[in-house]
Amino acid sequence: MTIKEVENGIVEDFSAFTDWMDKYEYLIELGKSLPIVSESGKTEQNLIKGCQSRVWLECEFRDGRLWFKADSDAIITKGIISLLISVFDGRTPAEIIDADVSFIDEIGLKENLSPTRANGLVSMLNQIKAYALAYEMKNK
Amino acid sequence: MNVENLRKKIPALGRMVYGRPLVYLDNAATSQKPEEVLDMQDSMSRFSNGNIHRAMHILSTESTSAYEKARERVRAFINAKSDREIIFTSGTTASINLVAESFSRAFVKEGDKIIISEAEHHSNIVPWQLACEKYGAELLVAEIGDDGRIKMEQMEKMLGEKDVRLVSICHISNVLGIVNPVKEIIAAAHGHGVPVMLDGAQGIVHGKVDVQDLDCDFYAFSGHKIYAPTGTGILYGKESFLEKMPPYMGGGDMVGTVTFKKTTYAELPMKFEAGTSNFIGQSCWTPALDFADSLYEDKELSEEIKRTEKSIIEFIFGELSGMEGVRVLGGTSASGDKIPLFSISADGVHPSDLAQIMDKMGVALRSGMMCSEPLLSKFGLTAVLRASFLPYNTFEEAEAFVRSFKKAVGMLR
Repeated sequence: MTIKEVENGIVEDFSAFTDWMDKYEYLIELGKSLPIVSESGKTEQNLIKGCQSRVWLECEFRDGRLWFKADSDAIITKGIISLLISVFDGRTPAEIIDADVSFIDEIGLKENLSPTRANGLVSMLNQIKAYALAYEMKNK
Repeated sequence: MNVENLRKKIPALGRMVYGRPLVYLDNAATSQKPEEVLDMQDSMSRFSNGNIHRAMHILSTESTSAYEKARERVRAFINAKSDREIIFTSGTTASINLVAESFSRAFVKEGDKIIISEAEHHSNIVPWQLACEKYGAELLVAEIGDDGRIKMEQMEKMLGEKDVRLVSICHISNVLGIVNPVKEIIAAAHGHGVPVMLDGAQGIVHGKVDVQDLDCDFYAFSGHKIYAPTGTGILYGKESFLEKMPPYMGGGDMVGTVTFKKTTYAELPMKFEAGTSNFIGQSCWTPALDFADSLYEDKELSEEIKRTEKSIIEFIFGELSGMEGVRVLGGTSASGDKIPLFSISADGVHPSDLAQIMDKMGVALRSGMMCSEPLLSKFGLTAVLRASFLPYNTFEEAEAFVRSFKKAVGMLR
């Protein structure tokens, strides 16, 4: 599946929710199932600090692909991280560089990716792209 | 008049959000505006938009008159001695920065000390750090106890130190909702010849402030928290200090005569009002403070408000202290120095999750550090959820808050 296809799948999943509460219940469930960063991985280096919540991101480069683990102290943020990771995990740097995340907008969670929200998500997204760019450059 | 009718004057309070009636409990961040304020802002923008103090034409005459009338209205509201002591600024932050810079330039030298407290908003910390760095002074921080109250003994000891130049503390904490014993602190400071600045961002909103009775030397507050438009603020300062302080910013409207060799400055208060002020916003202090006063002048209304505030505090304390792992900063016992403002943490649940879910239930709250990182760290927290009430809030809204809080905590745990 391409990144776009995974994103379309998420949009389809979310279209089933007519109520805000159901949508958040689902995000909370996703958040709880996220592969979390171990305590030893919660280093200052992996920390992305926001005013509202903190996010940790670990990245591993294996077989030409990028693998991510992430965590947050806020569960809704974790739910959204889980969506982003399902999109980006195991992709090549080139795929990640080209991907857009407009699906977050389509499922009505755009406010969470506003730079002024300071929940660490925008910085996390930038960090994912930065990793991809770094490995892409290294491979060339 | 009753609260139900009062609410009808405030359009935002009648809003529906996500198909539910809005329960607005982020009042410590900003207040919603009554029709009178909105009307004046609108009509001045449409018909009386002339730059103040300068032109001979009728638009300028009208706006200047509204602007100066507002200054007098503010003076009367806080019972200052003279209009010369009322400086228009863009808000509390600007007022504190003005004093931090101009007062320090006039009175603070290397090795001097300035006292703040642990319970300050960043706006009453950072300006002093900047001033201390610039003028070589030392910042002393008065501690607060676990109950959120200032440790008076330690404060008095600090005041007794050599070369203390100023105390700057909040009247009411924006995190704890506790009214500081400011009269006591001011008397103690004055006993050592030390002037006191009060950050009144929250203090001005909850109960009457009489600067002569308090005998504070400076009092800073914002308009938007007390029903006036955003971008409006006041610095009250005793004339004896303001006279001796150099201007903060240079520009138009603050000068006497200007030559390239030497410029003389305008008299108070204009000395501190460089450039075109937000004259339309500032003019709206008049209807905003009329509204604020009306809450206390109408006996029936003020009784209802007092009763409601008391029952809101008791109800929320009662409900939350019964919940496992839920903590209200500053304790859960209602003593006389508490306003209806609650900073809450719940074990295992992040405040930003609570705020986001409760928003979808129609309840508007704040989450995060409340611009008070040192205070939250003291309590071992990185964020809290804050609910803050104003006289226009109802008991039913407090119930809605508790209901949605319980539901959200249940979802998240």
